[in-house]
Amino acid sequence: MMCCVCKEKEATVHYTQIAGDKIQKVDLCEGCAKSKGVNDPMGFSLADLLLGLGASQEIEQAAGGSELKCPRCGFTQADFKKAGRLGCAECYHTFSEALGGLLKTMHKGTRHVGKVPEALRQSRDLSDRVKDLQDKLNKAIAAEDFEEAAILRDEIKQASARLSKAGVA
Amino acid sequence: MDLSLFLIPPAESARRKGPHDRIVMSSRVRLARNLKDAAFPGWAKKPERIRVLELIRPTVESLPEMKDAFSDTMDNLSTLDKQMLVERHLISREHAAKSAGSGLVLNHDETICFMINEEDHLRMQALRPGLQLKQAWTTIDQADSALEKKLDYAFSPELGYLTACPTNLGTGIRVSAMLHLPGLVLGEQINPIIQSVNKLGLAVRGLYGEGTEALGNVFQVSNQMTLGEAESAIVERLEKVLAQIIEHEENARGTLLEKKSKTVYNHIGRAYGILANAHSISSKETMNLLSLMRLGVDVGLFPGVDRSLVDELFILTQPAHLQKAHSEKLSAEERDLLRADMVRERLKDVRRPLAQAPGPPPGLDKPAK
Repeated sequence: MMCCVCKEKEATVHYTQIAGDKIQKVDLCEGCAKSKGVNDPMGFSLADLLLGLGASQEIEQAAGGSELKCPRCGFTQADFKKAGRLGCAECYHTFSEALGGLLKTMHKGTRHVGKVPEALRQSRDLSDRVKDLQDKLNKAIAAEDFEEAAILRDEIKQASARLSKAGVA
Repeated sequence: MDLSLFLIPPAESARRKGPHDRIVMSSRVRLARNLKDAAFPGWAKKPERIRVLELIRPTVESLPEMKDAFSDTMDNLSTLDKQMLVERHLISREHAAKSAGSGLVLNHDETICFMINEEDHLRMQALRPGLQLKQAWTTIDQADSALEKKLDYAFSPELGYLTACPTNLGTGIRVSAMLHLPGLVLGEQINPIIQSVNKLGLAVRGLYGEGTEALGNVFQVSNQMTLGEAESAIVERLEKVLAQIIEHEENARGTLLEKKSKTVYNHIGRAYGILANAHSISSKETMNLLSLMRLGVDVGLFPGVDRSLVDELFILTQPAHLQKAHSEKLSAEERDLLRADMVRERLKDVRRPLAQAPGPPPGLDKPAK
């Protein structure tokens, strides 16, 4: 069996860990085991296993070598490596680059499908409607149908007013 | 309020009926939600957790479906109370370990439960007896829709509901069913089934969820992925897989009775023998033997005995429930003695199993596809 990190040497260290939902089996050669800190159980982080080997390296690279820190809650990549969980909602933005790869391996897709809070859905529907009306308005103007254009303009005005009232422009 | 006075007597909850309940013990749908303006519970400092708790708890209490609910902070609950909630699958073991800054709101018939500041700010779940995933989803979806009007959820159009752990991101949904699968275990077919269920992106866990063993041949099947698939699609996918597992379990039972009836009768007869006569028995052994007795009831070896008798013992013989029935603190050895006393007493009027199942095996409980 080959080492699953360097894929060159024979694996002599076998590690099985149940992390979160997954049973992870890792086979490493002696050199890689040492560099991954397998011999030191504290240093061999759960996040590495949970998120696939090299997850934390990815985050480190994304940070451009310097320690990435969430401006909202002060959570760092090291914290993530340790806990396998994020600090706050803003962290998804802060660590977005590194998370992208992880989410791909973890989930069916990388874009949300499904329930959306009603308020957001309404404003999304409204902004779709404004766009739609704007298209119609442009066409009406091009066709020199100014009567129709006037109606459309009023509708756009109304919809935009409701949209800004909903707080999402 | 005293939690033990609030909780439903096990005799009552064991008698609840649902579709396919001879195999599907319960259905559950859980949603994870967080507030936009607070750090996740694992990272938030205590004052912030308390602020979140004090914001969410009254909002949850104000839901019409939570009228007359039990509501408290985790530091007000004793270790024993928390353990009882775990044994009833109302809270997670992780939540049972929480104290100040976390809370619980549970409705009176134990069908909706809110954990505040578990791994996420809000974990809400709907529970139903038998196979009722759609109904559970509708219930919790409604509660969530009512809450979102008052709570400012962390939501991104791209990533969906933002959760502390990226594994719950998106819909934040976990749809699961608790299955009693003695046929597949005795027929040694359970491992291939688990493997193929895993391949479909679903998780199979033990009795108490993550990282626990399948005591009493009880398995939890749930979705794993939460991003990129709509809630209704996840519910439907799980329903399809469960229908297949139910069919496999029924077939396994049929085959066992046909080809290895002696082995099955032997297991069930011995289980009855020990349960009805033991003077000391551990919780683990009790569950495994009760599972066999439940199978015996299902295949008609105990005429006149209702499955609820076994299901009630499933709840009553667990450590915290047993301790709760006694005022003095019991050691594990004392619990084993009292557990055996209780089981013997309950099985006093249950006659030993028939030597063989009456007639052809009872009609298979095949779900409509």
